[in-house]
Amino acid sequence: MKRTYLGEFEEIVLLTVAVLGQGAYGVAITDELDRQTGRAVSISAVHAALHRLEEKGMLSSHMGDATAERGGRRKRLFSVTALGSRTLQEVREQRNRLWDSIAPQSLPAFGIVM
Amino acid sequence: MVGAGFTSAHFHQGTCLLGIIMKPHLKPPRWAERLLTFFCAPHLLEEVQGDLHERFERQVLLFGVKIARRQYAWNVLSFIRPFALKRKPNPYPTTFLYSPTMLRNYLKIALRNLAKNTVYSFINIGGLAVGMAVAMLIGLWIYDELSYDKYHQNYDRLAQVMQHQTFNGHKGTESSIPMPLVNELRTKYGSDFKHLAMATWQGARILSYEEKKITRSGNYMDVDMPRMLSLKMLKGNYDGLKELNSVILSASTAKSLFGATDPMGKIMKLENKMDVKVTGVYEDLPFNTSFRDLKFIAPWKLYVSSQKWVQRAFDENQWGNNSFQLFAQIADNAVVRQSDMTKLSAKIKNVKWDKVDAEEKKFKAEIFLHPMSDWHLRSNWEEGVKTGGFIQYVWLFAIVGGFVLLLACINFMNLSTARSEKRAKEVGIRKAVGSIRAQLINQFFSESYLVVAFAYVGAILFILVLLPWFNEVSGKKMVFPWAEPTFWLISLGFIFITGLLAGSYPALYLSSFQPIRVLKGTFKAGRFAAVPRKVLVVIQFTVSVTLITGTIIVYRQIQHTKNRPMGYDTNGLITMEMMSPEFYGKYDVLRTELKNKGAIVEMAESSSPLTGVHSNNGGFSWPGKDPSLHADFATIWVTHDFGKTVGWQFKEGRDFSRQFSTDTTAIVINEAAVKFMGIKDPVGKVVQWGDDKDAEYFTIVGVIKDMLMESPYEPVKQTIYFMGYENVNWMTLKLNPNKSASESIAKIEATYKKIIPSAPFSYKFVNDEFGKKFVSEERIGKLAGGFAILAILISCLGLFGLASFTAEQRTKEIGVRKVLGASVFHLWGLLSKDFVVLVIISCFIATPIAYYYLNDWLQDYKYHTNISWWVFALAGVGALAITLLTVSYQSIKAALMNPVKSLKTE
Repeated sequence: MKRTYLGEFEEIVLLTVAVLGQGAYGVAITDELDRQTGRAVSISAVHAALHRLEEKGMLSSHMGDATAERGGRRKRLFSVTALGSRTLQEVREQRNRLWDSIAPQSLPAFGIVM
Repeated sequence: MVGAGFTSAHFHQGTCLLGIIMKPHLKPPRWAERLLTFFCAPHLLEEVQGDLHERFERQVLLFGVKIARRQYAWNVLSFIRPFALKRKPNPYPTTFLYSPTMLRNYLKIALRNLAKNTVYSFINIGGLAVGMAVAMLIGLWIYDELSYDKYHQNYDRLAQVMQHQTFNGHKGTESSIPMPLVNELRTKYGSDFKHLAMATWQGARILSYEEKKITRSGNYMDVDMPRMLSLKMLKGNYDGLKELNSVILSASTAKSLFGATDPMGKIMKLENKMDVKVTGVYEDLPFNTSFRDLKFIAPWKLYVSSQKWVQRAFDENQWGNNSFQLFAQIADNAVVRQSDMTKLSAKIKNVKWDKVDAEEKKFKAEIFLHPMSDWHLRSNWEEGVKTGGFIQYVWLFAIVGGFVLLLACINFMNLSTARSEKRAKEVGIRKAVGSIRAQLINQFFSESYLVVAFAYVGAILFILVLLPWFNEVSGKKMVFPWAEPTFWLISLGFIFITGLLAGSYPALYLSSFQPIRVLKGTFKAGRFAAVPRKVLVVIQFTVSVTLITGTIIVYRQIQHTKNRPMGYDTNGLITMEMMSPEFYGKYDVLRTELKNKGAIVEMAESSSPLTGVHSNNGGFSWPGKDPSLHADFATIWVTHDFGKTVGWQFKEGRDFSRQFSTDTTAIVINEAAVKFMGIKDPVGKVVQWGDDKDAEYFTIVGVIKDMLMESPYEPVKQTIYFMGYENVNWMTLKLNPNKSASESIAKIEATYKKIIPSAPFSYKFVNDEFGKKFVSEERIGKLAGGFAILAILISCLGLFGLASFTAEQRTKEIGVRKVLGASVFHLWGLLSKDFVVLVIISCFIATPIAYYYLNDWLQDYKYHTNISWWVFALAGVGALAITLLTVSYQSIKAALMNPVKSLKTE
């Protein structure tokens, strides 16, 4: 199966955009990432990832309305494209397949048995 | 819900509070913001800035301003990543800045602009061409001065051995040295010198071959001299002077003496008495060498053996007889630097002093080397210290040339800035229809380079026209350096720099105008936009007024010196050198015959020409003489009729007379001598010359008013006139004033041909000879005058342009004023006032500058004029008058204009 390669960070950013829905833009994504994963990500890293994802065609963007708190500057709002959505699905299915293939006792016990 | 509402309200209040108290700090660091705008790609800038701002505001609330600002800066820095740096490609095709079509367009527009504003173009090109021509001429002149004597290959190693001596507390410098010095230097310091060559003084001497007789300037010099001077031997070799009876000739001398026949080995006569064989022919030395008039060289040894007094000086090792010249070439191993010459000078300093007797020791003779590189430009000494010389004028004219060029460049810049407002509209339209800035820059630069290029061509034409005149005024033989690559390189560099300087203002400033502002008509040059222009005008006129003042003072100094009482009458006096033995003993025959024919009033012989003093002697004493005084006098031997011939004027006593047989021991002294000797009632006093044993005694019979024979700028030296018929070398004849000079001279020539057939008849007018003493000052006067006129001309051209520009700019204002009842005179005053004020300011700046430098210059002359205030007043009034004339044309034209016409539009 051939698909565009998706890095781990890119995958998380893409997922976060999906999580935020309508209001996905730089700062919001960074904050959401922080909240969900506890990772302190620099805003520039997020921008870079968004830029890359857009180039790969997994995100699309448009400029939102001007807001006062940003000194009248507009936000760039991102949304996941069909390609992005399919890629996420594929990644998920692949993971699931892999999980399913793991023999019950082959992973070391980790406190609570599921 | 309530909680949330409260929090939000609370937050809001907080922001407000902070906003009020800390407003100036509530912003991210400016530098970081600027950095971001600088590096971030424009299409990303808005979102990035927005995000960072949002972040910043939250951070302020959470952690305070300080941390927030630091965070912001850090975030900005972390954005320096490829994706943020990369610019979005331009979707439109690139503009062609340098395609041939565009270049042709720049050129075409530039030409049209020049043709449209004929007056401006003429002022710019003409002014700049004159400025460049002056700068180039001066450059050529300086190059010529600096390359003086460089013809000689050993230029760096050649020097003249000279000495300082102290007389009556003053250290004097002279090039004449005693004969034994050469052997002393050879034996003691032989390893420091490669060659040493004695020589006597260069002068005109008779050369004859068969029936042909010519007079040429030449010298007797040691065998090594041709080698030292690296003469280009066309025939023979450097050893030509080894034979005692030999001579080497310059090519031109050989040609005029021998014609087409080969001169080598021919026997010819020197000074009508010595037979010499031609052993070499050398290429004539070029005009810009110190030895340019050295047309033949005879062996030094021949001179020694042919002159009794010289032979005696040689045989007796006379250290006290300073009558000769010595040239040296320092050893090859010595590194050639000025300091090495100085070191060697210090080494040989006492070589004479060690040898002379106790009586002579008090003169503290110091021998030193005067390097060839200093001969022409640095030959002035003051109390034994080199004080420069002609180099000062080289500097002066270099500065003047620079200034004249600067004036022309100022015009150029002034006119382009003045026109900037007019061209602002053009820039606006061009930008509106799609010109990019680089195209405008190219456009303006091509205009300025076009002007400079035209000016350069004009300058070369000017030089070609002016060079013969300039050569005459400056006494040079310069040619235009067509084949000199350095000249063209310098020219190119010069064009480049001038074009850049003159074009940079319009190119860089005008092209930055915002099209909207200029086209809406809201664009106005600032209040101070004219200030630099005014400063430049002040500079121009300061230079001009200084030059005018300088010219006036130089001319006054020349006039002042020319009006100096001479003490005798130079009118109708002709003089000739007695260059061969045949002249002697014919005095009475010549005199009677010439007087009978009525060609002359009187004639006399003397040991010095009237325009120089050829001998000075010490060792005089008289009753009441201060023993410490070194009694050094100018000494001149004259025949009985000298006084009547030249018309000297007696203060006391009487002239030499044939009626007193005792007059062979009579002397006449001048007023300066009376003062120097410090005696009263000099007539009848006896003066002793020499030591007790072989002393001679002379009686003063008369005192004359000082006769000006040497430099007209120096005081007349104490002089003793002796009676003598043997020591004399010059004949002076007073032409009959009742006959025309040419008629008298024809008669004189016929008589001479009859009585002294073997000598060529050549004479000089004393007036002309005396006039030569002013040549260098008159040259400076002429050059300064020429430059002053050019400077004024260029400045006025600029002023004319500026005036026409202001008049044009204020057309509407003048129209309105006229409608409201202003008179033409009032308007004329209004328009001229600005410029007049500038020129007055310039006068005030120029006066102290001119005073300082000219006073300094005048101090170099002992006999000099004083600077009076009216000179400055005259220069100032002159400058003002010229300014008013220049400006008035434009202002009156503007003032006379019909207001209906000027107000019709709009």
